[in-house]
Amino acid sequence: MMIYFDLFLTFLKIGLFTFGGGYAMLPMIQEEVAAHGWLNKRELIDFIAVSESTPGPFAVNIATFVGMRTGGIFGGLCATLGVILPSFVIILIVARSYQKFKSNKLVNGAMNGLKPAVVGLIAAALLSLAQTVFVPAGLNTVVFGTAQFYVTLGIFVAAIVLAFKKFHPILIIMLSAVIGVIAGLIGIF
Amino acid sequence: MKQIQSIISLFLTFMKIGLFTFGGGYAMIPLIQRETVDNKKWISDKDILEIVAIAESTPGPIAINAATFIGYRVGGFLGALAATVGVMLPSITIIASISYVLAAFRNVVWIQYAFKGIRAGVLALIVKALWSMYKQSPKGIFSYLIMFGAFAVTAFLPVNVVFVILFCAAAGILRTLIIGRRGK
Repeated sequence: MMIYFDLFLTFLKIGLFTFGGGYAMLPMIQEEVAAHGWLNKRELIDFIAVSESTPGPFAVNIATFVGMRTGGIFGGLCATLGVILPSFVIILIVARSYQKFKSNKLVNGAMNGLKPAVVGLIAAALLSLAQTVFVPAGLNTVVFGTAQFYVTLGIFVAAIVLAFKKFHPILIIMLSAVIGVIAGLIGIF
Repeated sequence: MKQIQSIISLFLTFMKIGLFTFGGGYAMIPLIQRETVDNKKWISDKDILEIVAIAESTPGPIAINAATFIGYRVGGFLGALAATVGVMLPSITIIASISYVLAAFRNVVWIQYAFKGIRAGVLALIVKALWSMYKQSPKGIFSYLIMFGAFAVTAFLPVNVVFVILFCAAAGILRTLIIGRRGK
């Protein structure tokens, strides 16, 4: 019983404090999901790949996934309900008077603080996830000589180039997977 | 009768939107526009811009914000409910099925190799997302201070993300008030 309540409240908090949707949710999700021990960082990255390759909003996808893994189908429903409830209620309120809301000075002021904050928060989440990918055994280990490090770096750089050339994320994920399998078969991974 | 029809139509349209957009967020906007402006004529092109602006300045996923907003405009509370449930339903069903498959394939060595590659690719996708958010963010000394401050505090100190978000929103409000007063 506790777990359902915990899932609902945690995802409610995530839904309430993320502005911008999609990757803007990453910092909150990373912090909360790690604090509860629901998903480690590597699993989180893997799930981002799954979410990019399946339809629907990231928030709903990850809420369903984490909820199901921790509390079965009902857990999935509790987490998903939690993550969408703040949006749903707030939009219902705003929809009645959205002209006023849009030109509200306080709302605009808050957004001027929130937008750059989200950039900084995602950068911090990225740094933390990059550590898990590039230095899987911990920061005090030597990785710079290993072939695994250079192949990972190669995939990362190539994927950045493709991403900025507006290649579809699913294509980038598939190419990375193929290189991963090849590297595994020749004994690098 | 007409109301029931429009509610069913909202549900089905947003289910279609939920089923055919990958990645969520802004990726959904073009499809939402095609379905709700061009096909159903529920709202206008200008409304879409309004919705994006509102979705940005209210918490939560953009898809849910947009579905609730358009659903409410077309069919009141029930319309909002129908559109929101509709846009979520494909995700929930697909992820629920996939989570069984993922658990079953987790220990296959090929899959493990693939995910080692995929993780590096996903990092690149986050870099791309970070860049688009940076471009959308306001520039200037205040913004850069907030950006760097939020980064440094969360990356190197055990500070809660919620606290950082509240603090930066408050800083933004405070700045607007001060500038507003000076303007007069």
